[in-house]
Amino acid sequence: MRVPIKKWFKGGDAWVWLNAGAVAISLLMVFSLLLLIASRGLVHFWAHDVLEAELEVAGSPNKIVMGEMVDTESVPAIQLKEAGYPVPDDVEFMDRHLLKMGNRDVHGSDFRWVLDSILVNRHYPENVITLERREWGNFYGYLVSLKENGQLLDSNNSSWEVFSQRIDRALSIHESIHEIEKSEIGHINSQMERLRLNQRSYELNDELTDSRLADLSSKRALLDTDYAGLQQQLIDLYSEINRDSVIMRTADNTEVEIKIAQIVRAFQPNKMRIIEKLGFYVEKIVEFVTEDPREANTEGGIFPAIFGTVLMVIVMSIMVTPLGVIAAIYLREYAHQGAFTRILRIAVNNLAGVPSIVYGVFGLGFFIYFVGGGIDQAFFPEALPAPTFGTGGMLWASITLAMLTLPVVIVATEEGLSRIPRSIREGSLALGATKAETLWRVVLPMASPAMMTGVILAIARAAGEVAPLMLVGVVKLAPSLPLDGNYPYLHLDQKFMHLGFHIYDVGFQSPNVEAARPLVYATSFLLVVVIALLNLSAVAIRNRLREKYKALEV
Amino acid sequence: MQNDTLNTNNTSDTEAKPKGHSIDFSSMRRQSNALNLKDEKISIEVDDLRLSYGEKEALHGINMQIPENRVTAFIGPSGCGKSTLLRCFNRMNDLVDDCSITGKIIHDGYDIYQRNVEVAELRRRVGMVFQKPNPFPKTIYENVAYGLRIQGINNKRILDEAVEWSLRSAAIWDEVKDRLNDSALGLSGGQQQRLVIARTVAVKPEVLLLDEPASALDPLSTLKIEELIHQLKDDYTIIIVTHNMQQAARVSDYTAFMYMGDLIEYGDTDTLFTNPEHKQTEDYITGRYG
Repeated sequence: MRVPIKKWFKGGDAWVWLNAGAVAISLLMVFSLLLLIASRGLVHFWAHDVLEAELEVAGSPNKIVMGEMVDTESVPAIQLKEAGYPVPDDVEFMDRHLLKMGNRDVHGSDFRWVLDSILVNRHYPENVITLERREWGNFYGYLVSLKENGQLLDSNNSSWEVFSQRIDRALSIHESIHEIEKSEIGHINSQMERLRLNQRSYELNDELTDSRLADLSSKRALLDTDYAGLQQQLIDLYSEINRDSVIMRTADNTEVEIKIAQIVRAFQPNKMRIIEKLGFYVEKIVEFVTEDPREANTEGGIFPAIFGTVLMVIVMSIMVTPLGVIAAIYLREYAHQGAFTRILRIAVNNLAGVPSIVYGVFGLGFFIYFVGGGIDQAFFPEALPAPTFGTGGMLWASITLAMLTLPVVIVATEEGLSRIPRSIREGSLALGATKAETLWRVVLPMASPAMMTGVILAIARAAGEVAPLMLVGVVKLAPSLPLDGNYPYLHLDQKFMHLGFHIYDVGFQSPNVEAARPLVYATSFLLVVVIALLNLSAVAIRNRLREKYKALEV
Repeated sequence: MQNDTLNTNNTSDTEAKPKGHSIDFSSMRRQSNALNLKDEKISIEVDDLRLSYGEKEALHGINMQIPENRVTAFIGPSGCGKSTLLRCFNRMNDLVDDCSITGKIIHDGYDIYQRNVEVAELRRRVGMVFQKPNPFPKTIYENVAYGLRIQGINNKRILDEAVEWSLRSAAIWDEVKDRLNDSALGLSGGQQQRLVIARTVAVKPEVLLLDEPASALDPLSTLKIEELIHQLKDDYTIIIVTHNMQQAARVSDYTAFMYMGDLIEYGDTDTLFTNPEHKQTEDYITGRYG
């Protein structure tokens, strides 16, 4: 039976389909976005097989290449022809592969596009070794022999097993070196700096007496001895770690000597079984999430960026929540509801629409230069001309984002306050509670889920914001975390790393674009995950509050 | 005008006055001895009270005396101002933005509308129960302890005693004693309303204002509330606003009939229901309008 189109529209079916379609499209967009960044990013950590093949070049002997095949695409034949490649006449498109050939120190570049048609004699040799290094990226090649103190070891002692053991040894030494350099010497440095600032502040106040100077000197001498001791340890460790080196042969038979201290990880991908590869994959993901970055952020982990993002969001929430809630309480509960309040409310709502970079500029001009500069003059004159708070940092970034998200919190809280039934307020007032007591004991707890909603929205907005942060304290590479074991433990004046900025920096400021690309996806995915986690925890808190203060059915 | 009513001779023999109304109110009365406002100790005195919302006057000069330890009922059609008048006794109308009041309400020798009156303390002394049960989203215990905590009482022992005493006073102790730490929102409507009454008596008020306390409840819960009102009468001055004339007749000692912001007739309940002075009163209680 046919339904006339007019009737169909009237029946409302059209609207249902329209709505369902809109929802479906939204979902599709979200999931395809997630799928894209997840698939592009997460595949990066897999232990890819290493291909060895020959390149057919007309008029010269075949050239042997080796590497991971990371991408494949079709290119119009015309384009290739114009570029001077030999192309048969009857084809329109040709495939080409992106080979990650590594060995940047040998070849100069580590990625190369090769045409599918000239890549012949492809095979995956069992004993190819992939080396991850602290510098120069990956190395692909065969193990030739090992060296100890410059002496070649005999072939019995040059096996893969011995090589692995020596790498493990070097890694554990590297760990101790890192420990000493980062934490112990870092600790001494921060104490030295405090002594210097102490002395400087005495000088500025004309209070530098001889006894104080002697006191400072003796403390300094103590630190110096500590430092000398650590220095000696370091020298020993360095000579230990530099003992071994390995001689590797590349695909085109060049022999290269590599210090084992330079190697982060060595594996034979073509030999690994699927289980081993899975284990390796998990290990790489863990490394990505927990380690510091290497090589201009294109290798290693992004832990400092995750840490900076989360800490900044937390500090921001701590600042924006009380401020927004108090402002909302005033607007809703105490202010006379007239034209002025209406204008104020419109102004607050409009603040949410101001482009975030404007907040960045404001943060830089007002908070950093004016307030921060003032704080430096007043409280940290001994550190001048080096700024303490007069430069971008965690504190100013958090405050700037708190301003940016303030309207969200205010609007959500007001909404919540207006939904508390009048009868509940009257019930409290009728028991002899003042308005403030009623607010504090009944209304605010009941409105707390709405406040949490505001905070959730604020977190979602703040964690994803990058533009203003570039002006107020985010850096490409921060030397230390804003939270550590040195007094005063939480360093809100320090610059920090941020996932959003990390994506921008790695993706668009990196000298090695091909190497950085999968990391951009991986970092993006991680940023989404971090924001989702922050949101989920806030949602969990909100749901608990909701359950607790389930409003009366009105 | 109320003086006229008060001077009317009260008689317990209401049977003798066939008035043509369908309900035999006299049989609902539990006490038959005559009441006279002149003999009562006065708790609250209202003197020419006028109240307006913006330009519109809602109460046009009310004069009345509320007797102590008695139940006084306000009846009248919707919008007659009985709730408004009730809310004047604990200054609940202060919360309404454009509400202005002239005249006096004297309680305990003071005009409660004087500037130096502490409103919170007044509201503690003149407690109020609302039409809809409005327990706080807290435990039963905390609901009752709320008023005491407001006064800064946090001693566990004192609170425990007060909570038990209040819940007993509100005849709900037996039902909730095993689940004091459950949410009050899990109680039934009638229990919630008795909990709210317990919460109100916990702060030891002198006057209880009940604003249609049973209108949102089922008949059985209503009965319990009415019994409770009877019990509470000995210790509190009770003013109740109700739509339900049978209820007014059942629970109150004195009844005031209001119409369009005027107090039409005020007197002891027996007389008002059986022998009303005014035509309007008679029309209302016999169900001819309202």
